[in-house]
Amino acid sequence: MGKQTLYDKLWEQHVVHSEDDGTSLIYIDRHLVHEVTSPQAFEGLHIAGRKPWRTGSMLAVPDHNVPTTTDGAGIDDPVSRLQVDTLDQNCNHFGITEFNMADPRQGIVHVIGPEQGATLPGMTIVCGDSHTSTHGAFGALAFGIGTSEVEHVMATQCLIQRKSKNMRIWIEGELRHGVSAKDIVLAVIGEIGTAGGTGYAIEFAGPVIRELSMESRMTICNMTIEAGARAGLIAVDQTTIDYLEGRPFAPTGDTWKNAVEAWRSLTSDDDAHFDHEIKIEASTILPQVTWGTSPEMVTDIEGYVPDPNDYEDPTISIGIARALEYMGLEAGTAIRDIKPELVFIGSCTNSRIEDLREAADVVRGRRVAPSIKQALVVPGSGLVKRQAEAEGLHQIFIDAGFEWRNPGCSMCLAMNADRLKPGERCASTSNRNFEGRQGQGGRTHLVSPSIAAASAIAGHFTSAEDL
Amino acid sequence: MDAFTVLDGLVAPLDRANVDTDAIIPKQFLKSIKRTGFGPNLFDEWRYMDQGEPGRDNSGRPLNPDFVLNQSRYEGASILLARENFGCGSSREHAPWALFDYGFRCIIAPSFADIFFNNCFKNAILPVVLNENIVDDLFIRVFKQPGFMLKVDLSAQTVEFADGEKARFEVEAFRKHCLLNGLDDIGLTLEKAEVIKLYEKRRQIEAPWLFDPVA
Repeated sequence: MGKQTLYDKLWEQHVVHSEDDGTSLIYIDRHLVHEVTSPQAFEGLHIAGRKPWRTGSMLAVPDHNVPTTTDGAGIDDPVSRLQVDTLDQNCNHFGITEFNMADPRQGIVHVIGPEQGATLPGMTIVCGDSHTSTHGAFGALAFGIGTSEVEHVMATQCLIQRKSKNMRIWIEGELRHGVSAKDIVLAVIGEIGTAGGTGYAIEFAGPVIRELSMESRMTICNMTIEAGARAGLIAVDQTTIDYLEGRPFAPTGDTWKNAVEAWRSLTSDDDAHFDHEIKIEASTILPQVTWGTSPEMVTDIEGYVPDPNDYEDPTISIGIARALEYMGLEAGTAIRDIKPELVFIGSCTNSRIEDLREAADVVRGRRVAPSIKQALVVPGSGLVKRQAEAEGLHQIFIDAGFEWRNPGCSMCLAMNADRLKPGERCASTSNRNFEGRQGQGGRTHLVSPSIAAASAIAGHFTSAEDL
Repeated sequence: MDAFTVLDGLVAPLDRANVDTDAIIPKQFLKSIKRTGFGPNLFDEWRYMDQGEPGRDNSGRPLNPDFVLNQSRYEGASILLARENFGCGSSREHAPWALFDYGFRCIIAPSFADIFFNNCFKNAILPVVLNENIVDDLFIRVFKQPGFMLKVDLSAQTVEFADGEKARFEVEAFRKHCLLNGLDDIGLTLEKAEVIKLYEKRRQIEAPWLFDPVA
């Protein structure tokens, strides 16, 4: 057998059937489900008189619509409530395990999968959500799908796919102090662009990746979709195995030992062929801040808002001009002079315990600037929240003037009540700065938890070191 | 699913790159549990001057006169001409549902985001990739010539201009087959149910932990 990449191995292990033209039937091991992209799929099953092929492969949780306020009042908006109720009903009807809104384990689907050990190396994992790429951090082939494919996986446990190409992003050298996984992935997107990974599965590798915790690896794989690649991957190592051992849905006993042995082969072979390779020297990465309306519109904390007149390609130049108009920014403005009015720490990118620790370290003993209208901390799951409270992080945030909320997707996409008003500017640890993403007319700057926290204190973009 | 064979359609130009699915259909409309009715809210934030809400009657809302689809010359367009990386962002299938509901059956662009591209084929929309020079040229023609039409022939894999000039596009054989015939691919996959069961049997021996139920 030839040298294989990690992606080649995962693909090969899951091919059920292949046509001559390369179209393949791929088996899906884990199907994560949330309330927004599943109701029409369940309806399709009902109409066709079909049942899920393997309910044991499924784990459901409401996250996009759930309120994060702590008054326990439930969902105000009847349309949102119906969507969450519909998930509850469908899961009850078909016997699918669901962490409903009252369950202490409820949270963002991409946080709870790994947290529960429902995400395992070597799996194919899908969810009707583009940030399913998160789970690739475990050496799993994980990608987002649309609702028709959600129904397809429910009904057949398979998907019809063609193999992607292989890309490797190799990160070596030393990370600077204060630079985190979020900065790495934003810098990658800045370099290759939001379509740079289209058609590829991207493996992140190299000594810097090997040193990262699982949570940091998840942050990087999470935003692979922002570089256009449906799947991000990181090879299995001891860090992966240590993270999973003892988690509720992880295997136990002899099965655990056999699984671990199998998982250790989930790495790219030496000299495996990649269709595209990129090397990045970690020491060149500074903390990142986006200035525009696409994640590729990014620079570092020492940077400036670009001038559209510096670009010859009219599509790029017009795109920048449009973004600056939407963002209410002048060309040439120093990033440090931009003043967010809101700060959001949360989302499937940055709401895990290490993210909250990183932000709390910056905030400890300080106060949010008076110019900040609202600063939110939204933990990724009920268990993250509980852990943070056990460590006293909540008190650090509350004392500094942050609101300490219940878990959910929240202001990342503003499907619940947490949203920006037109013109409001937000320093956000989420993943998308598209127009209207955090609320119609809202202006998003994507940053790491530590930059979000430091900027909340300073009232303008800055790093923790400069407070 | 409706079949897609030949489309003779009016072309509307959307001259911006990286159009994301949040722009195609904003988040508040994703709360619906239905597949239909998204057309009036397609490109909602660009199309209207006020903020749209699900369940609201859109007929009296103030239109943004600068937005291309609000110009009368593009009324009834079924082909959307777009720029690179169209449909990037979230996996929401509400995006092709909204485009279809509005009346679009074909989108032409130099490139598409993967998930969106895939979702189109499940919803009787043909995404056509043409090279950037051809797309540039099409934009010039659409702007210049009111009523500019194209003929898209899936079987022949061609986009034909009114003057008989043709551009060829690629499409995967399986997707073409499904779209030409309006096939439900779940039914096709279930014809292979025995093959799937055999695969499961083998994998249960190789990697039994993959089959532990989440419960």
